Amino acid sequence: MRDAWLVAGKDLRIEFRSRVAVNQVIPFAAAVILLFGLALGPSRQVLAPASAGLFWVAVLLSSVLVTQRSFAVEASDGARDALRLSGLDPAGIFLGKALAVAVELLALEALLTFGVAVLYGARLTGALVLFAACVAATVGLAAVGIVYGAVASGLRVRETLLPLLFLPVAAPVLLGATKAWDEALKGTPSGGLGWLSLLAVFAVLYVAIGTVAFGPLLEES
Amino acid sequence: MTRSRILTTTGVLALVGIAATVWLGLWVTPNAVNFGDLVRLLYIHPPMAWVAFLAYGMAFLSSLGYLWRRTRDPRLDRLAGASAEVGVVFTGLTLITGSIWGRPTWGVWWTWDPLLTTTALLFVLYLGYLALRRVPGDPEVVARRSAIAALIAFVDVPIVYFSVSWWRSLHQAPTVDLSGRHLYVHGSMAWTLLLGFVSFTLAYAWLTAHRYRLAALADREADEGLRQALDERRAEGEVLV
Amino acid sequence: MAPAVSLREAVALAGHFPLLSGASLEIEEGEVVHLRGPNGAGKTSLLRMLCGLVALHSGSAVVLGHDLALDRRGARRSVGLLGHQSFLYDELTVEENLRYSLRAFGVDPLRAGVAAERLGLGGRLASTQVLKLSAGQRRRTALALLVARDPRLWLLDEPHAGLDQEGRDLLDEIVSESRSDGRTVLLSSHEHERAAPLCDRVIWLAGGRVVKEPVVVA
Repeated sequence: MRDAWLVAGKDLRIEFRSRVAVNQVIPFAAAVILLFGLALGPSRQVLAPASAGLFWVAVLLSSVLVTQRSFAVEASDGARDALRLSGLDPAGIFLGKALAVAVELLALEALLTFGVAVLYGARLTGALVLFAACVAATVGLAAVGIVYGAVASGLRVRETLLPLLFLPVAAPVLLGATKAWDEALKGTPSGGLGWLSLLAVFAVLYVAIGTVAFGPLLEES
Repeated sequence: MTRSRILTTTGVLALVGIAATVWLGLWVTPNAVNFGDLVRLLYIHPPMAWVAFLAYGMAFLSSLGYLWRRTRDPRLDRLAGASAEVGVVFTGLTLITGSIWGRPTWGVWWTWDPLLTTTALLFVLYLGYLALRRVPGDPEVVARRSAIAALIAFVDVPIVYFSVSWWRSLHQAPTVDLSGRHLYVHGSMAWTLLLGFVSFTLAYAWLTAHRYRLAALADREADEGLRQALDERRAEGEVLV
Repeated sequence: MAPAVSLREAVALAGHFPLLSGASLEIEEGEVVHLRGPNGAGKTSLLRMLCGLVALHSGSAVVLGHDLALDRRGARRSVGLLGHQSFLYDELTVEENLRYSLRAFGVDPLRAGVAAERLGLGGRLASTQVLKLSAGQRRRTALALLVARDPRLWLLDEPHAGLDQEGRDLLDEIVSESRSDGRTVLLSSHEHERAAPLCDRVIWLAGGRVVKEPVVVA
């Protein structure tokens, strides 16, 4: 756990310094929700009910970028070598990197929420469910993302392979988070509780798998 | 019997079984009420879907076994790869036959039915897995990362199915009743369906075994190449000794 | 006493290319060994295998009591590598890099300052981001980490490369010091004159294995 804090702190500090998230990922997500608006708009009657789904698709696409970034900062060409030589516990590396990605994604989601509220005219009701869905979904996405990010890191085809591996697995997260948000935005947040528990199960399951699988993944055993 | 004899027998049985299923399905069994000739798809579509799930289950179990044992048995890795490949082929076939079933029944090629949707997601999920397997690298490293990917993919299957069926049950707007599953199967139909299941399972075993054998041969060839490469490499030092 | 490094017919692969083709050697604890051989002989691969970056395919390899086939992590914690890549985080400063890595190894991060000072990276340089450093300064940072960690086995891959005269002298001084502290050092270098006085003996590599001293050097 000590290792996890160390890694997360390091990753966040690097991100804070390099501002890649601010300069590239956030504008990317903004572009995505703008483009959705062009594709489906301009009628608010169409956009507002779809805003939960569009929001989460934008988050999903951005999380691919954030994950890729998380491995790009590890001494560019020798990412796995650097992690292996670091002397850190693999489970700690996994938890730390996932935590850093989750924090970055949550910040992004906060901004995007305002984006959909303004652009799509979504009325933000059921804030508690909205927030809980963000946390649970983000933890799941970060966990899957970091495992697959490590799988793909160091491969020459990583840019194309990571989305192909990551997005289908994340399908239940997209579904669960979208439905939870739908219920909350419709003003019936209690309807989203079931979806919240689905998101939580997904998160717990993949955090557990990642913690166990990261060792063999870095070829430690 | 030798191993290759068993393999050949399995192949022949599978072929005969599938031929018999086709014959029974197309000429012997009766039309079903409400379904007409369409019911004949029943004899191959569910068996194909079953084989796909069987194949993924096998890939999951062998991947788990590969990671579990510290010896990292390359045979388990080969089995996982072979099984998943066959699984993807049968998933594709399941989707195609499902669409053919869907067109006359519901008037559309595609419906967001939980099973269909799950199958489609499975298809892309395992295409990703196969793509990952094909990325070259150190055999053991490839095996390990593939095994982890297989684990992640398989764990996702029930979650996907559960979430999709829940999603559908909440939004029953333009209901398409999948009454195919409430079909009354009897007599020659039941036997034909059973035969379909058995022969497609045999076909799975036969294809997977062949795919496995091919992978084993490729590995052996690589080993031979390695021995030669080792000799050459050692000879580089000879000049100096 | 058990040897610090013991290899028997060790084979290591990159895909299907044998990096090491059956290397056997034994190095006692406290020895300083000069690794020599032509380009492509397997010097870098040997060092990378000893710190657990390249997997052992067949044969046996024991480093400081850790069998590399079973326990690479244990070996990594007591081995330090100075390689071609320096594994530093560009966005972090010299001091942050050192502190982070020392924490990761469970070493007191306060040793970062002293080590940086020693390598001429004190003051303003300590709080400079690594991406603004020259290649030589990066190398010094990597060396500072090694000094602060003071591992039991030092693996130095062409350590003189990329350092200025002052840096080279400093490096020689550091190696001599760790030698008198009883550390084991494995050093690959093409600069024999420079390396010879530092080392107890020479091991020759060619074709991915250990060979006798060549009669004729091309």
